[in-house]
Amino acid sequence: MYKVYEIKKRIFDDNDQEADKVRKELKENGTFLINLMSSPGGGKTTTLKRTIRALQDEMRIGVMEADIDSAVDADAISETGAKVIQLHTGGMCHLDADMTRQGLEELGTDDVDLAILENVGNLVCPAEFDTGAVKNVMILSVPEGDDKPLKYPLMFQVSHCLLINKIDAASCFDFDFDACRERVLRLNPDMKIIPVSAKTGEGMDEWYDWIREQVKEWKEADK
Amino acid sequence: MHELGIIVHITKTLQSVAKENHLNEIGSVTLEVGEVSSIVPDYLTDCWAYYRKKFPLIEKAEMKIEILPAVTYCEACGKTYPTVQYGRQCPHCGSWDTYLAAGDECNIREIEAC
Repeated sequence: MYKVYEIKKRIFDDNDQEADKVRKELKENGTFLINLMSSPGGGKTTTLKRTIRALQDEMRIGVMEADIDSAVDADAISETGAKVIQLHTGGMCHLDADMTRQGLEELGTDDVDLAILENVGNLVCPAEFDTGAVKNVMILSVPEGDDKPLKYPLMFQVSHCLLINKIDAASCFDFDFDACRERVLRLNPDMKIIPVSAKTGEGMDEWYDWIREQVKEWKEADK
Repeated sequence: MHELGIIVHITKTLQSVAKENHLNEIGSVTLEVGEVSSIVPDYLTDCWAYYRKKFPLIEKAEMKIEILPAVTYCEACGKTYPTVQYGRQCPHCGSWDTYLAAGDECNIREIEAC
């Protein structure tokens, strides 16, 4: 005979707890983890390559590339000389905290100041799952349109920094920067918004400064 | 959008609940799913039908889903309204200063087990 057991648990609870554990371990280790999210083709890999080249002399960088299949992104990143591993999500549309932990173990964080997780290209699912990252960064690229905050609000709510990428292509598209900014800030008043072109490098200095500041704060809070 | 991932997490939670309570077989699991949780109930039960076969603990468990309505609260006029019908802008006063009060839930409410 079956008996009824009250559970009353949020389904994401176990992931949230795991994510807090990952953050605690990162803190003890002095490693700052960014979870980088965007649609497929938003420019995550290009942004990463340029960022690594700009910062690799001042901090030790490790990258985890997450995709459903292939190692094309990891191969691209390895050209920069940064430490990189490829994670396969086994068909899953996102990474969770447990997969991130496994990735960090494989990457090895002892000699890494800044770890970057390139999440699966997707504006929906990765927003639901806390990976254990210290900060979430998302990229919205100009060709995708300024209406994306209206369509995928959760992604804009859980992110700390938004890079509006491909501004070099702005003249080809009807992207309303002011409308986009207003829509984003309505969802998330604390969002740091930086328009950039990962291709030409325009605007990227402000992004590097944001990373420098965040990494420094994280390390100092550790002491 | 990520129903299989959710099923994996439900299974993990059920496994730890079963361990704590010394349960060997779960006959049903009842979920509370909010209207705007971005979960598609049909996909969830399909994924469940596939995934439960992998674990003796849950292989017979039926999944029951209760949908909870989405309600938005308006900071400006203090009223609530149905989210799905009106979205982010308050239909009473036109303000955008609103937040979701309920409807994004994804909870395990109860199980039947022995």
